[in-house]
Parts: sequence; C-alpha cells; structure tokens
Amino acid sequence: MSDLWKNVRVDFPILHQQVNGKPLVYLDNGATSQKPRAVIDALVRYYERDNSNVHRGLHALSMRATDAYEGARARVARFINAADPAEIIFTRGTTDSINLVARSWGHAHLKPGDVVLTTEIEHHSNLVPWQQAARASGATLKCVPVLGADAEGGLDLAALDQLLTPQVKLFAFTHISNTLGTINPVAEFCRRARAVGAVTVIDAAQSVGHAPFDVQALGADFVAFSGHKMCGPTGIGVLYGRRALLDQLAPDETGGGMVVNVTYEAATWKPAPERFEAGTPNVADAIALGVACDYLDALSRDQIAAHDAALAQLAMEKLSLLPGIRIIGPRAGAARSGLVSFAFEGVHAHDVVTFADEDGVALRGGHHCNQPLMRKLGLTSTTRASFYVYNTPEEIDALVASLRKILEFFGVA
Amino acid sequence: MSADLTELYQQVILDHNRRPRNRGKLPTANRVAHGDNPSCGDQCSVFLRLDPGAPGQPDRIAEISFDGSGCAISQASASLMTTQLKGKTTAEAEKLYNEFHAIVTSGHAPEEISDLAAFAGVHAFPARIKCATLGWHAALNALKNDAAPATTESHTD
Ligand SMILES: Cc1ncc(COP(=O)(O)O)c(C=O)c1O
Repeated sequence: MSDLWKNVRVDFPILHQQVNGKPLVYLDNGATSQKPRAVIDALVRYYERDNSNVHRGLHALSMRATDAYEGARARVARFINAADPAEIIFTRGTTDSINLVARSWGHAHLKPGDVVLTTEIEHHSNLVPWQQAARASGATLKCVPVLGADAEGGLDLAALDQLLTPQVKLFAFTHISNTLGTINPVAEFCRRARAVGAVTVIDAAQSVGHAPFDVQALGADFVAFSGHKMCGPTGIGVLYGRRALLDQLAPDETGGGMVVNVTYEAATWKPAPERFEAGTPNVADAIALGVACDYLDALSRDQIAAHDAALAQLAMEKLSLLPGIRIIGPRAGAARSGLVSFAFEGVHAHDVVTFADEDGVALRGGHHCNQPLMRKLGLTSTTRASFYVYNTPEEIDALVASLRKILEFFGVA
Repeated sequence: MSADLTELYQQVILDHNRRPRNRGKLPTANRVAHGDNPSCGDQCSVFLRLDPGAPGQPDRIAEISFDGSGCAISQASASLMTTQLKGKTTAEAEKLYNEFHAIVTSGHAPEEISDLAAFAGVHAFPARIKCATLGWHAALNALKNDAAPATTESHTD
C-alpha cells in the first residue's frame, strides 16, 4: 500500500470536517469525487479575473477566456492522448456525451436490421440512449452477458464473439463498471469491434481519472467521461471523437457559435469541435477541468490506479470476514478497480447507508443506475464503497467497524 | 447511537421489519397496486379485498396484505399500515394517510395516534420519507383502482 494519500489529503478542503460528530470518511467517489484546492481556486480566479464570453469578443477579457478555454481543450486532449484538440468536445458529462453520439451518429447511420451492441453491466446512461436510438431507427439492441451468480466472471468473451457480427454497427461498453468494479479489456473490445466494422463507444466515467488512458493506443472511436468524477467540477464532461468520424457527423444541437454562414433559410456548420458546442459553452468548468487534469497527472495515474486497487483488495479482505456478506464483482485477488459493492442477508442497503452516515462514513446504497444487472443478480440494491487517491487504510477500518455495529443492531452478527 | 437514529429505528419498526404482518399475496384480493421508489429500487405491492358496504354505506377494506422488498423503514411501514387499514373505508384510509404523512414530515404525532407515531423519527432523515410512504402510495392507488404503478417520484414528498 502506497502512502500517496498522506500528501494529498491537505489538498482537499472538504475532507477536513466532521459529519455527525465524526471525521468524514468519504467513500462515495464512484458517484462523484472531491475537488482539490487548485480546481476550486481556478474557478474563483476565472470569475474574479477573466470571466467573459469566448470566441466572440475582441477585448482583453474575451481573449483571455478564449485562450484558457481552448487551452483546457488541449490539456484534456493530452490527458487522454488524443491526436488533435479538435477531437475534444465539451459536454455536460458522460450522459450528455453518450446521448450526443446516440442521436447524431445513431440518426445518421442506424437502420432496420442493424444491431447496436452493449453489455449487461452498463450504467443506465450507456443503455437507455441506445434503447432510444434502436427504437427510433428500427435497429436491434443486444447485450453481452456477464458471467457468474455474483457477476464475478466479467463479460462473456465467447458470447461476444458470437454477438459481434457484421450487422453490429456500434458497440458501446464501459471501461470500469461503477457497480461491480470490473475492468473490461477495452483495447481488445475495440480491436474485435473494428474487425467487423463496428464503431466503438467507451464509457470512461469511472476510469479516466483513475488510471492511464490513451485513446490512440486503445483505438477507440468515441469516449465519454465526466469532470466531476475526476476532481473536476460538475456540469462539464467530454466526448472524444475520432476526427474522421466527427467530420462526417451532423450536429445534434444548433444555434450560435457552431455556424459559419447563416441566411434566413439555412446555415452551414463549423468543423468539430465547435460544430457540437452550440451556444455559450461552460467556460469556467472546462478551464477547471484542465486544472484537474494537471493535478491528476502530477500525482501520476499509474500511482492512483495502484492506490485505488490496493484499497479495494484490502477492503475485500476485511469485508469478507463480516457475517452474511455477499460481495459482487471480481473475486478477491482478481483485477478490480477501486470499489467494492456488497449486500447483507437481512439488512437493506438503505439502512446500512443511514447507519454508516451516523459514523461519518459516506457510502452509496441502491441500484447504482444499474437496475437490469441488479435484477439479474437477484438483488434490489447493494451498498458500495468507492475509493480515490485521498482514501486511507484507516478509513477502511472505520467502514468495517461501522458495518459491524449495524449488523449487531439488526441482530445479524 | 445518536438520539436521531434511535428515534428512527424504534422497537416497533424493528419488530415489524423482522416479523412483517400480512405479508404475501392475498388470493382473495380484488384490488392490487404496485409502488416503486426509483431512487433506491424499493418495491411494494399492496393487495386488498374491498367489500361492499350495506346499502348507502361505503365499501370497506376486508383484507389487506403487502409484498415487496426494501429497507427496514419501508417494510415496517407497509406492515404496520396493513394492520391500520383493515376495516377502513377509502375516506378513512386517506385521512389516516394524511395523518401519517404529517407525522413523518413534522416529527409530531397527535396523542390519539399510537403505533404510527413510531415513524415520527423519519422527519430527521428527509431522504427516508419516501421509504416510509411507499406502501401507503400503493394502498391509496389500489383503493382508487388506479392500475398505474405508484411511484414516489410523482409525489412531492
Ligand atoms: C460508469 C458510469 N457511466 C456513466 C455515468 C454517468 O455520469 P454522469 O452522471 O456524470 O453523466 C456514471 C456516473 O454515475 C458512471 O459511473
């Protein structure tokens, strides 16, 4: 276990507080991460010094804001090793990014007889937009099954081979499951999809801020992620699209900022990325997202990934000693991202979360926007502890101690 | 354990959670409604047999049961509700729900109300009010013969 957290905790003002009289133990990073001082300062600095509209003004502030906004785009491009900053479209978040692809690309390319492939472990935001796109176009939606009674086996690669036919026009899959902690072999998925000519969409919401991510090495066509899960602000996210694909794509939303020539009858579009950013963009949050990229890369995402994974293994070890616990996702020792999702016989996740909160421990309880997967596993909800760079082994002890109290209270232990 | 938490998880609630009353399908039911809490996945179905009253008299709930899954608060609330609604007319059931809703949102229970007062502690946990009212929403829908599933999201609590 690295002691990375020792130096970073001071960077996160929010961590230094008491909740219900106990030191905050924030283990809900899968839902959203906390923000370092540098990111918060970037927001304040922008509004205090540079706030202005971008791409339109010729005055000093507008030029500063434009430079900072476009600088953030270039920074995000470097963060995921995109070949060209124009491949970075700022959106509201992962959900918004996936919807953009589903509507723009889906509308242009899907037709009856086509197949859209996704998986059984997707967040609703990488499932429902494809249901809608399939319905609108007459295409069929299929899901790669997950293996095992606790989904411990990951996605069924043999089934994937069967499912990836030339009818598949698009394959959308998550890099890391927010419910299971499963890490998908995304490079292999991209390779197999390419072999049948399918376009790939990676939901990287749980991964870009937690592990190295290289769109070119993966060979991904589209990648979606959210700023708020990677130390950045809410309300800002990214859609990466391969230049060749973006250039052929019609805009989803239209209006100011994305047009070249407008008459009363018609308009022509700017190239990417502006084509997909109608209206005044979220300048402040984009700039702060660029600062979040700096922050994470200064720590090194290799180290963050190792830290998250070590905490998850430690949590697996300690949690598995609790009576009546059922841990879903990869088995102990197998590769797993920095989260653990579990259920107790006889105590509902909701009650667990309320009790843990009494001890200052912030957890997530529910279906994790993954209702079909819960149903498949015969569960209605689980409790999830998800870790990030500032979490400590002592916090896992606090979690386990709190859970023991709960089990005693409900007479389960 | 904090005072708020002790208030929330009263003995009555723990007892109903552990030994739910009137749980399971009701074979003789002539009304059924289902409730969903989409934010957490809790579910509750309410089955009831509404018997016609004497001429000029309203129908009454002759039998009632619930089934579903959810947290201790939602399960105990549905269980306790079934014990309170048996024998009631629709108007009486609605009145009782309004009283229950006032208890869980204000934390104050009128003196004459006994068992339902156990849920007064919910008011300190606003996120849990939906848990406490899920079964009631399903029951009221069943009484109205509303086939659409009750969802806690369509209610302002
Ligand atoms: C795997 C995954 N995909 C998509 C999302 C949706 O992200 P957002 O709500 O930021 O759009 C989340 C976040 O909950 C997630 O964990």
